[in-house]
Amino acid sequence: MHIAVILKQVPDLVEEVEVDASGAGIDRDSVKWKLNEFDDHALEQAVLIKESTGGEVTALALDGDGVDQLLYAALARGADRALKVPTSDERTDAPRIAAALAPVLREMAPDLVLTGVQAADDLHGQLGPILATSLDWPHVSVVSGVEVSGAAVQVQQEYSGGRMATLEVQLPAVLGVQAATRPPRYVPISRLRQIMASAQIGEAAAAGEAAALGSTVTRLAPPAQGAGAQMWEGKPEEIAQQLLDVLRERGLLGA
Amino acid sequence: MAGVLVYIETDKDRVAPISFELLGLARQLTEQLGGSVEALVAAADPEPLVAELAGADVVVSVQSPALAAYTPEAHQAVLVEAIRSREPQAVLVGYTSAGLDLAAGSATATDRPVVGYCVGLAVDQGELVADSQLYGGKLVATTRTRPPAVFSVVSGSFPEAAGRSGGRGERVVMDPPDALNHLRTRLVGTSSGGDGAIDITKAERIVSVGRGIGGPDNIEVAEEFAAALGAELGASRPVVDSGWLPKERQVGKSGMTVKPKLYVAVGISGAPEHLEGMQGAGLIIAINTDPNAPIFQVAGYGTTCDLFDLLPALSEQLKAAG
Ligand SMILES: Cc1cc2nc3c(=O)[nH]c(=O)nc-3n(C[C@H](O)[C@H](O)[C@H](O)COP(=O)(O)OP(=O)(O)OC[C@H]3O[C@@H](n4cnc5c(N)ncnc54)[C@H](O)[C@@H]3O)c2cc1C
Ligand SMILES: Nc1ncnc2c1ncn2[C@@H]1O[C@H](COP(=O)(O)O)[C@@H](O)[C@H]1O
Repeated sequence: MHIAVILKQVPDLVEEVEVDASGAGIDRDSVKWKLNEFDDHALEQAVLIKESTGGEVTALALDGDGVDQLLYAALARGADRALKVPTSDERTDAPRIAAALAPVLREMAPDLVLTGVQAADDLHGQLGPILATSLDWPHVSVVSGVEVSGAAVQVQQEYSGGRMATLEVQLPAVLGVQAATRPPRYVPISRLRQIMASAQIGEAAAAGEAAALGSTVTRLAPPAQGAGAQMWEGKPEEIAQQLLDVLRERGLLGA
Repeated sequence: MAGVLVYIETDKDRVAPISFELLGLARQLTEQLGGSVEALVAAADPEPLVAELAGADVVVSVQSPALAAYTPEAHQAVLVEAIRSREPQAVLVGYTSAGLDLAAGSATATDRPVVGYCVGLAVDQGELVADSQLYGGKLVATTRTRPPAVFSVVSGSFPEAAGRSGGRGERVVMDPPDALNHLRTRLVGTSSGGDGAIDITKAERIVSVGRGIGGPDNIEVAEEFAAALGAELGASRPVVDSGWLPKERQVGKSGMTVKPKLYVAVGISGAPEHLEGMQGAGLIIAINTDPNAPIFQVAGYGTTCDLFDLLPALSEQLKAAG
C-alpha cells in the first residue's frame, strides 16, 4: 500500500490576515503560516493506515517558503518519503495545483492519495476531486475514518445533521480527509531535530505550464459589518452581570 | 441556451432546503442570463422529488438503481452528463458534502471554472460576480467569472421561498450515463450518528465550546456554567475531533443544526461551517478574545473578555442568584 498525502501551508487564522496593497490578495509576509488543519488529519490517517496494514507514505508539497520545514515535520510524524514539486509560478488555487501534481502522481502511481478536505484560502474548488477527475480515479470528500479492505478502502463520509455513510472505494482513489480516525499525534522536537539532521527531501520533475483559472479575484475585504454585536466591556464580574441582566430581561433565566 | 442548472440534493428522501435556495437564486440569474431554471434529479425513483420541484422550468431526471443512494462517483457522472447535454451558463451546487465532492470534479470534467463558498452571486455585464467567504469567514473575496461556470453556494445565503414555485414544470428524462455500469464506489451502509441519548436540537439553551477552551480538562468550566444556566453543552468541530466532547454535541455543517432560544458561543471563531448550524438561534452571545472573530457578526451581544475569567464569574453569579 503506497499512500501519497498532499500538504499545504495556510495562514493561521488565530492571527490577523491582512489584505495587500492590490486589494485582491493577502499580505503574505504578515501572516503566520501553519499546516492546514485538515492536512494534519490526512497525514495522521495515512500514518495510521501504514501502521495497521503496512505500506509506505509519501508526503508531497509544492515548493515554496517553509516547505522543507513542513516536509521534515511530516517525516517526523511517520512519512517514509518527502517530495517537493517545483513550480515556476505562484500557484495557490486547486485547478493550477492539480495541473502541477497530476503528472507527478500519475508517474508515482500510489494506491491512495489523501488531501485535506479543504483549505480555507482557496476559492477555486477542491484539489481532491480535481486531481481524481484528471486521473480518472474515484474520489470521496468529507471523509472521517479510512480502513483498507483488500484492493479497496472503506471510508466514512459525513453529511449534515450527523448522518454518515460508509462507502467502499476501489483503489487507486483520492480522499479528502476531514478528520482522521484518531486525533493527530504530537511529535517531540528532539525527533524533529533528528530527522532534520538525517533525512532527505526529494524533488519531483518540474511541472508544466499552469492552466488559466477562468475566474479573477477583483476584491478581497473583511465582510461588510452588519448590525454587529453589542459589545460588553469591563471587569469579568461586570460583564457577567450585564450578560445575566439581558438573559433575565428576555426571560431566558430559570427553569 | 439552457440558463442555469441546479443540482438537487436530498435529505431523508425529500428535496433538501439548500436546493430550494439554489432554485430561487437560479431564477434571479436567468432574468439576466436568459434561458430556463433547470433542476437535475438523480435518483432510483425521481418522481416524488420531481413533484416537489415547482420552482424549476425544466426538471431533468435520471433514473437508475445505481442512484438509490448518494455516492460521489455516480452523481458526478450524472451531473457531468447533464452539463454536457444541457449546456447551462451556470451550474449551482450547494456547499455541502455533495457539493464538496461534485462542484470541482464536474467543472474539471466539463472544462469550466469553479468558484466555491459563494454567499452572493449576481450577473454583471454578462459576467458572474460572486462573493465567497474565505479564511474562516474573516475575508470576503469578490470574483468575476465568464460563463459557463460552476458555483458552490453556502447554505443559508438565499431565501428558500423563492425556489418553491414559479417554474414551468417541463420534464426531460435523461438516459443514465454508461459510467453507472462501471462504478468503483459502493454504499456499504448509513447511520444517523449517536444512540439518541444526547439530542441538542431540542435544547432551548446551548452553551457551545470551541477550540478556545484549550483542552479537555477545561471543559469543566463550561460545563459548570451550562449546568447553572440549565443549558445543554454544544461544541465546534475541532473540540469533537480532538475527542474532548462526543460527536452528538457538534454544531455545524457536519454536525447538528440547532435553533435554541439562547446560544452562547465560547471560544468559537464563527467559521462559515459553524454558523451554518446555529445562525437561526434566537439570541446569540459570543465570548471571544479576538475582536475580529466572525462570530461577532451574527451575535446580538459579545465580549472580548477571556472565557477563563468570565465563565467562573457567570457561574458564581448564577449560583448566588439561586
Ligand atoms: C466540510 C467541513 C465541515 C465542517 N463542519 C463543521 C461543523 O459541523 N461544526 C464546526 O464547528 N466546524 C465545522 N468545520 C470546521 C470549521 O471550518 C472551523 O475549522 C471550526 O468551526 C473552527 O472551530 P473553532 O471556532 O472552535 O476554532 P477556531 O477557529 O480555532 O477558534 C477558536 C477561537 O477561540 C478564541 N479564543 C481562544 N482563547 C480564548 C479565550 N481564552 N477566551 C475566549 N476566546 C478564546 C480565539 O480567538 C478563536 O476565535 C467544518 C469544516 C469543513 C471543511
Ligand atoms: N498549494 C498546495 N500545495 C499542496 N497541497 C495543496 C495545495 N492546495 C491544496 N492542497 C491540498 O488540497 C487540500 C484541499 O485544498 P483546496 O482544495 O485547495 O481547498 C488541502 O487540504 C491540501 O491537502
